[in-house]
Amino acid sequence: MPIRIITTHLEFEGQVSEQRVVIEGDEPPVWGPDAALSIVGTPQPRVDGRERVSGVAEYTYDVRLPGMLIAVGLRSPHPHARVTRIDATRAEVAPGVRAVYTRFNAGDFLHPDNERPFFGEELPYAGDLVALVVAESRAQASDACALIAVDYEPLPFVIDPEAALQPDAPHVILTRENNGLSDEYPKTYERGDITRGLAEADVTVEVRFETPAALHNSLETHGATAQWDGRTLTIWTSTQDVYGSRRQVASALGLMHNQVRAIKQYMGGGFGSKFGTHSSGMLAAYAAYKLGRPVQYMLSREEENLCTGHRSPTIQTYHLGAKRDGTITAIDLHAIANVGATGGWFPPVSMVAKEMYQCPNVRTVDEGARTNLGPFAAFRAPGVVEGTAGFEVALDRLAAALNMDPLEFRRKNYAPEHQAMERPYARKLLLEAYDLAAERIGWATRDAEERRYPLGRDGHLRRGVGMASQMWGGDGGPPAQAIAKLLPDGTAVILTGTQDIGTGTRTVLAQIAAEELGLPLEHVRVELGDTEFGVFSPGSGGSMTLSSVGPAVRMAAVEARKELLEVISQLAEAPTDAIELRQGAVFSRETGKEMGTIASFLDQLDGHEITAKGMRGPNAEGMTVRTFGVQFAEVEVDVGTGEVRVLRVVACHDCGRIVNPLTFSSQIEGGIIQGLGFALMEQRIVDDRLGIPVNANLENYKVPTIRDVPEIEIIPLDRPNIHANTLGTLGAGEPPIIPTPGAIANAVAHALGRPVDALPLTPDRVLKLLNQEATV
Amino acid sequence: MPDSMPALPATPDEATRQTRIRLTINDTPHDLSIAPRRTLLEVLREDLSLTGAKPGCEMGNCGACTVLLDGEAVYSCLVLAIECPGHTITTIEGLTRDGQLHPIQDTFVQYDALQCGFCTPGQVLALKSLLDRNPHPTDDEIDRGMAGNICRCGAYPKIRAAARALARQQP
Repeated sequence: MPIRIITTHLEFEGQVSEQRVVIEGDEPPVWGPDAALSIVGTPQPRVDGRERVSGVAEYTYDVRLPGMLIAVGLRSPHPHARVTRIDATRAEVAPGVRAVYTRFNAGDFLHPDNERPFFGEELPYAGDLVALVVAESRAQASDACALIAVDYEPLPFVIDPEAALQPDAPHVILTRENNGLSDEYPKTYERGDITRGLAEADVTVEVRFETPAALHNSLETHGATAQWDGRTLTIWTSTQDVYGSRRQVASALGLMHNQVRAIKQYMGGGFGSKFGTHSSGMLAAYAAYKLGRPVQYMLSREEENLCTGHRSPTIQTYHLGAKRDGTITAIDLHAIANVGATGGWFPPVSMVAKEMYQCPNVRTVDEGARTNLGPFAAFRAPGVVEGTAGFEVALDRLAAALNMDPLEFRRKNYAPEHQAMERPYARKLLLEAYDLAAERIGWATRDAEERRYPLGRDGHLRRGVGMASQMWGGDGGPPAQAIAKLLPDGTAVILTGTQDIGTGTRTVLAQIAAEELGLPLEHVRVELGDTEFGVFSPGSGGSMTLSSVGPAVRMAAVEARKELLEVISQLAEAPTDAIELRQGAVFSRETGKEMGTIASFLDQLDGHEITAKGMRGPNAEGMTVRTFGVQFAEVEVDVGTGEVRVLRVVACHDCGRIVNPLTFSSQIEGGIIQGLGFALMEQRIVDDRLGIPVNANLENYKVPTIRDVPEIEIIPLDRPNIHANTLGTLGAGEPPIIPTPGAIANAVAHALGRPVDALPLTPDRVLKLLNQEATV
Repeated sequence: MPDSMPALPATPDEATRQTRIRLTINDTPHDLSIAPRRTLLEVLREDLSLTGAKPGCEMGNCGACTVLLDGEAVYSCLVLAIECPGHTITTIEGLTRDGQLHPIQDTFVQYDALQCGFCTPGQVLALKSLLDRNPHPTDDEIDRGMAGNICRCGAYPKIRAAARALARQQP
């Protein structure tokens, strides 16, 4: 097939980038609304469900190799310190110990992405790595860690982001001039005239809103197992991105790409924090390469919560203005994100303020603050969950000041076009979603006395209903490749380099291939998560896995089907357009009669395998493809204890065509539940005198359990978005978490009749709110 | 201001302080020689390659390491292996018989009561313990019985649905 190099635009987590990619051949036409599909669009249990429920699925933590050594890390107890001396002599001779790495013998091992040493002299946060002990068993490695003597020179530290941005603040990293994220920040976006917009307003509000550091707490921690056999460095790594891992490991160890194989078959959660390979996995690779023995380094829960990332805390200050009729005239946002000591980018907190509602006068200022805490990492719609919560809360305040219904206020300021980029949306079904979801939650009766006071005015329970809108990308893009192989027995193998991070990628890709190949689902096997046998696919993130890789799989299957039809046509002496494939059998289009199974034709050839390639084509130009949606939440607050219980969440998200309604609903539910955790209970707590996180565990860092889960009602729209890609599908991973915290916060404000100014809405915070003057 | 040299004595070599025990796991006796401080979770995974029980927190918070001890769901990270001789231990590997999934496992698959699957063996065993004790739990009893097992992906609504379906089907 002829190739061509094209330039296309890709939006990933709020950042639009231009990409040059190779396109080979032509994609099949999009599956439009009238496409007759029999497997795509049907609920299917996971094709790998059996492995996952039976304990057979091998996660990175489960990899066990003969002669495998175990690594345990020693981490800094200080928020900021210099390591002046390390005495590891006792550890080195402890039983079972095979190596102890520190800055004094491994200081030249640098991370390939930021060139920071893995073992630094300056340790800018509690939990940064001091030493790594590699031993025959974990117990021996842990014991030896306790024998390492370290002299630290404590340095001044700062953990509050606003304090960190003051000119006289301690330097978070000594060599940096200030504690800003980079020279690019603060970064201002402006359209119209904010001063005029505020002056024109009849009503203005000023809202300060704070969000906490949420910890991913993937149940499988970060880490890897690595093996070097003198020819190939194989790394089993808990990653959302095997190709990124291969590049990093090769680069760090000075190996060629064809000497590194990255494998990730099953992963116990990532939620954005597992792009590439974490330093723990890189160190496993380093030790395996040095020692010539397999090495496993899986982080402890405490390490996980100190050094692998978190949703960055934000401080959002809004000045909003509107006309008496509800027209928004001004949106001014100053957003500070605490990116930790070594965070590398700014989460797009201000994306929704720029784009979600119609407004001619907008100014946003993004300011990244470094502090002496672990680095932040992408966490399921990073920045946008926080930004949506703050902005939607501020909008409810403005609606209240206007004495306007919050939903009516949002409808009034509906944005039909992408204002920041001045171009149309490919599709926006948000008004319809508002109608459907408002009806379902019973928005019209939200102020009814008997609903708000289930035990009467004198009772201790108050109920409230709140809502928040959602927008996100998720249309995917190139490059992504796949190979379809048809085996002589008429079954198929799909090879691609993507990974199933728990979202059900294997299952939906199998459905797509089965659909095009005319095979039953159980005759299609999808192999992924291995750089050796796959073909390139991007990391699994940005809600882009299905929408990037799915079209490549579809094209590969279509190309394989073309060759299969050609083979059958020649064997059966019938034109290709007279043949139809269904459920593994060949039918005559004319008579409708079965001509035999696919296998019965392929079997006539000596061991012929059909192999075809597919690639994701370019994205649509001149328009923005987005998922839009809305969630409504109903909560019950106990004004005696301050406890908030979410009773119901109604969710309506337009994610285009739904390939698998069963796993789609699982994604929506999971997002809502993580959003509920962020709204009500999740927060890293730092002792501000010591600079140490005090709940780096699952004991005092609270995540939702089954008892916290409300009734969740999903209203599926399930209509192909023909501009998105040849499936008409957009991702569903991130959209459902985006509006949940804002909807819950607004519901709590409604229940209490008081404004909410921070998350999470823990009982102590709710009781404090109850002691304030009522203003809503 | 150097930190002081740790005063802890070197822990005795694991090899010199071993205790011989017999553990009955999934109806199979295993004779082992282990250090007394080791947890059941470590011994299952490291000595017997029964990796279905997962280390999620190793302090009894998450439930990913759940196994059945005499039919009761326990966090194997909080149980010492030397406490277990004479008791019956069931791990997730013991639920699948002759290649046939246990009905709870099968229902989990059909209802999509799992996402990444890391917590799933523990969820399945917690539910088995509950249903063995109480074949027809109420919705509230299901929630209470399963509240000790965290699912970070949030498969809870479908775990709940699977549990309710099983509670209805039980004889």
